[in-house]
Amino acid sequence: MPISGEYMGMTLTIDDLDGENLDFFRYCSERDFRLQRGKQSGLLRYPPTTACPWTSDRESEWVSVEAKGTVHSYVEVHHPIQPAFKEKVPYMILLVDLDTQKGEPTADEALRVAGNLVTADGEFASPEMIKSVGIGTRVKMVFVDVTDEFALPQWTIDEDADQPDEPWRYPQE
Amino acid sequence: MTLSSVSEPDVSTEKFLRGKYAICGVGETTYRRGSNETTRSLATWAIKNAMDDAGMTADDVDGMLSYSGNDSTFSTFVAGDLGIRLNFYMDVHGGGSSTEALIGIAIGVIEAGMCKTVAIFRAMNGYSSVRIGGTGARSAVPINGDQIHHRAYGWQSAGQMFAPTFLRHMYDYGTTPEQVAAVKVAHSKHASNNPKAYYKTRYTVEDVVNSRIICKPLHLLDCCVETDNATCILVTRLDRARDCKNPPAVIQSVVGRCCKPRIDMHYQHGPISTVAGHYAKDLLWPNAGVGPEDIDVTGSYDAFTFTTMLQLEDYGFCKKGEGGDYVSSGIIELGGARPNNTSGGHLCEGYTHGMNMVIENTRQLRGQVDDSCPVGPDGKKQHTHEYSEGGCRQVKDVELTANLGWAMPGTGSAMVMAKDAR
Repeated sequence: MPISGEYMGMTLTIDDLDGENLDFFRYCSERDFRLQRGKQSGLLRYPPTTACPWTSDRESEWVSVEAKGTVHSYVEVHHPIQPAFKEKVPYMILLVDLDTQKGEPTADEALRVAGNLVTADGEFASPEMIKSVGIGTRVKMVFVDVTDEFALPQWTIDEDADQPDEPWRYPQE
Repeated sequence: MTLSSVSEPDVSTEKFLRGKYAICGVGETTYRRGSNETTRSLATWAIKNAMDDAGMTADDVDGMLSYSGNDSTFSTFVAGDLGIRLNFYMDVHGGGSSTEALIGIAIGVIEAGMCKTVAIFRAMNGYSSVRIGGTGARSAVPINGDQIHHRAYGWQSAGQMFAPTFLRHMYDYGTTPEQVAAVKVAHSKHASNNPKAYYKTRYTVEDVVNSRIICKPLHLLDCCVETDNATCILVTRLDRARDCKNPPAVIQSVVGRCCKPRIDMHYQHGPISTVAGHYAKDLLWPNAGVGPEDIDVTGSYDAFTFTTMLQLEDYGFCKKGEGGDYVSSGIIELGGARPNNTSGGHLCEGYTHGMNMVIENTRQLRGQVDDSCPVGPDGKKQHTHEYSEGGCRQVKDVELTANLGWAMPGTGSAMVMAKDAR
């Protein structure tokens, strides 16, 4: 069965044939961040795909991954495109290097997982919180439910981690 | 500034189809907001202008290619309207980076004997219908499967999607907003000498960095314009092009939709501050038999100021990381060593998904840029090479041009063209 839900004024749908995305977002709804691991390569990949980017192997298994990492780059949106995001500006999209598999299989590769900067409760971050986050900030994953069987991974500041003195931010605030 | 090392060009032999095909005609509509006509009507207007420019009639054109993203008409309608009987056509999905890619396809199908002359067009109401910035119809479509990994996060428009690359370049190399703003300064200077340009106002670095933030690191004036227009180029074999009304722009090398690894989500494979030009340059320069140092005029795609800079850098016009210095040095301005987008490009002239930049370089190679210079008794522009506001924009003695097309950080196309040696 397809999964469909309303989120931020948008209809998000996962088709019933789209096994990879159905699995990924269902695990998220169980608060379990899983990625596919290629049978031959033993390497994890993101986002879900239908074969291994390193070996073309079609066999894989879903593996639970610790969802902590470091902000690699970001977008800070002040002029939204989608109507429901108008109430949320400024909002931040983070591109996060997971600690797991960072620098593998080559130095410039990482599992770079996208998500918005949110509070620990999954609410969009305040302008003040946004100003404290930049490249180098340590973050951890939280999940925001779209339906009972479908959740989105999001990012929040990892309060338990050692944070950089001053994460790198765009020079104009 | 030193040029970065590129693969040693092999100039001893003819590579692939170097120097055998040419652009023989170019045409466009006006660049407007509110065209009040269909993309079908705009397309026929641009193609007719290109046919007139080449001195060709409907009987001379027998191939057609177009590109669009659910926002345009198709070859079948347009060819019928113009009385063109097609031996080949194809309408391709895509936006930026399509122009050069489709030129490569046109060369291939002519070489295969499938047709003789191909009209490539892009027709769009990018302001009044399907807005290129992503608001309106583009933001209202349902979000399915793979798209959830970005669109659900409000990560959808071109600016939003490319911003992590742009920002990371600032972090990796110390590139500043002021350096990148120099691209808008240069292109607006060029547009002020272009009677067709939608925006003809000259801007300063301060104007750019003081304009409102769209999404960091992009200010309003770092972003391209949205306009309604159509553009067309005609591709044929060089010997046939030599019979046309205007001098041919000879195609030396073409690269089409060359990609970074992991193009399903290119941010997985870094460095993310490097773009597809890093890979495309290894096809472009050896096949052309020249390097970036030989190029007189560039057409580096300017969806955003950063786009122009990143491509010039990764195609080797400067060392990696020195793109900010390169674009703010005056080199890319008219009067500089290697001007970029002398029409004003997407930032000022109008948004066409790359084709107006190829049209401009074709005219630069002909020595017939359509600026405000006076027309002589021979019917040709008497170019002054005086680049003050409202003046000339023809570059002196243009022998070689390079177009660097862009779809996104992970995908690009490119082309080198030469003045006909004959």
